[in-house]
Amino acid sequence: MPVLIRIARTLRRTLLQAVPTILGIVVLNFFLLQLAPGDAADVLAGEAGSATQESVAALRARFGLDSPVLEQLATYLGNLAQFSLGFSPRYGMPVADLIAQRLPGTLTLMAVALLIAILLGIVLGSLMANFAGRIPDRVLSVFSLLFYSIPSFWIGLMLIVLFSIKLGWLPSGGAGTIGSQLKGLPALFDTARYMVLPATSLALFYVAIYARLTRAAMLEVKSQDFVRTAYAKGLTPFGVTARHILRNALIPITTMAGMHIGGMLGGAVVVETVYSWPGLGRLAFEAVMGRDFTVLLGILLLSSLLVIIANAAVDLVHAWLDPRIGAR
Amino acid sequence: MTSLLLQVENLTIGFPRAEPVRNLSFEVRAGETLAIVGESGSGKSLTALALMQLLPRAAAVISGRIIFDDRDLLGLDAREMRHLRGRDIAMIFQEPMTSLNPVMSIGRQIGEVLKAHEKLSGRAARERAIELLKLVRIPAAEKRVDDYPHQLSGGMRQRVMIAMAVACRPKLLIADEPTTALDVTIQAQVLDLLDTLRRELQMAVVLITHDLGVVAQWADRVVVMYAGRKVEQALPGELFNDPLHPYTRGLLSASPRLKHDFHYLEGPLTEISGSIVSAAGEVGCPFRPRCCQARASCGHQVPPLIAQTPDRLVACPFTSSLKAVPDAAHLSL
Ligand SMILES: Nc1ncnc2c1ncn2[C@@H]1O[C@H](COP(=O)(O)OP(=O)(O)OP(=O)(O)O)[C@@H](O)[C@H]1O
Ligand SMILES: [Mg+2]
Repeated sequence: MPVLIRIARTLRRTLLQAVPTILGIVVLNFFLLQLAPGDAADVLAGEAGSATQESVAALRARFGLDSPVLEQLATYLGNLAQFSLGFSPRYGMPVADLIAQRLPGTLTLMAVALLIAILLGIVLGSLMANFAGRIPDRVLSVFSLLFYSIPSFWIGLMLIVLFSIKLGWLPSGGAGTIGSQLKGLPALFDTARYMVLPATSLALFYVAIYARLTRAAMLEVKSQDFVRTAYAKGLTPFGVTARHILRNALIPITTMAGMHIGGMLGGAVVVETVYSWPGLGRLAFEAVMGRDFTVLLGILLLSSLLVIIANAAVDLVHAWLDPRIGAR
Repeated sequence: MTSLLLQVENLTIGFPRAEPVRNLSFEVRAGETLAIVGESGSGKSLTALALMQLLPRAAAVISGRIIFDDRDLLGLDAREMRHLRGRDIAMIFQEPMTSLNPVMSIGRQIGEVLKAHEKLSGRAARERAIELLKLVRIPAAEKRVDDYPHQLSGGMRQRVMIAMAVACRPKLLIADEPTTALDVTIQAQVLDLLDTLRRELQMAVVLITHDLGVVAQWADRVVVMYAGRKVEQALPGELFNDPLHPYTRGLLSASPRLKHDFHYLEGPLTEISGSIVSAAGEVGCPFRPRCCQARASCGHQVPPLIAQTPDRLVACPFTSSLKAVPDAAHLSL
């Protein structure tokens, strides 16, 4: 039971902090975006080619872009209070619908990438810690340094060159075979095939981080007294590592993973563009280019919500991993 | 005479640059408490860890034999040694604050050693953990079993360590300064508990300490170590009434609690001048630089252990001349 109480307490604290955070993010971003030159009407007019002063002004009036900034903010917040994210001039549809279309793509991509990063990172980091200072550790260290320093778009391109063009094993872009009528397991398998490369490119950077982090954390935990106690009980080296060392080393790793979710959204913009993956990242990119600030604000709002949820999840995992946390 | 449980013969433990334990021999009889005393750095913990085969990575047993229950522990492979650890030989460590895993409930930590050596379900292990907590006199054991180490006081944690150590009824329990980190009243409780359990479970205890008061009260036999060697071995009574080695004499006169009708306000406590470090890398008697009785011949070789009776050994050839002037040693120290 104390576990549940601990978790409930953590959850309540998170919720209380979330509301002002989100409000602050929205207002700040709103003013920030106002600083960018041009608006949606300009871009639309530019793309149409044959726009006149009058038609642009009419566009502005239709979407409320001509009213004073503070009034626009008030309208936006008013919409938010009614759980509406507003309307996109560019796509001609409610922002909420637009995001709902793209969100699942990005979420699966991020979830898969994060899962790969954490699992692979912990396995590699454990190996490195186990062989600290010896050949396997050295080799893996070099690789982790490489993946840490190579930008993800380049890794993405190279993976495409190798696996799609040279070997022809995996598709180079998209989210599923177009026009396929697959259902159930084969459909899942098809999606997975399209997911491998983008998820890997997004993950490799984080694999490197988690591997190094796991290595450091495990080496530190290893030298602690309770590990000697565990060996004195007659446990196997694997038992000691899994139940005593890893469990304690996981605490700093989950903290970092939580902090990385925001960064991963940023990485998704690049990766989704490289692999033409229909996700939020690409939508954000298009919204910036089209000066479609309602869409952008919606995405930013959602991202911050995502980060807050992720942090809450990390807090929960922490409360579960570390009994000392709930005591506060 | 009771049977021998453990026999350590000529044990030498080395790091790449030093040999902190040299040529150490002692034995432990079934059911007895053997105290090993010596100041900080004399190699007590390393000896204990060698018995468990848990020496730090840089250290190794260079020579010697450790015969436990007719088997040489140094000849066992990792698996065989694992089966002994926690089941036949258990150990309690010096630091109760850090020797328990902070993120695992104490019930699980106790259950773990049971599961490692006996086929037990999770529920049965928990029941046994509660029994063990009761055995080490932890109140409200049913509730405490789910507590985490940070919720317990130092004394309670050491009790949990003891519960863990005796869980599989070991034949030998090594307690490395089990009470150094605890305050005096708790110390006595914990040591009493250890002694009661020793009798109830019929185990032998190797009690490592630098507190001679502890020796006087709880030990059946005493080994005095200095700079990694045994310098004297005796029954506690003999040791306190008639210490032979100059180092032992120094130790005794430096212990306030042992002098009858002596209060520290009435006179100065003597100290042994110099430090153990100064004994490193010397030929001859390791205690020579600090010994007031040192003579030229002490520098020639390490004095061999001389048996006065089978149970009374001393590594100093000049003890009879020392005895002539009973208090000479600590008067001039
Ligand atoms: N990792 C190590 N590397 C080198 N020397 C070490 C190491 N660990 C211990 N030693 C040396 O071994 C000697 C004996 O250490 P040990 O821990 O056995 O002493 P001890 O008698 O238990 O002392 P204490 O009463 O402080 O616990 C010390 O002089 C110490 O300098
Ligand atoms: Mg010690």
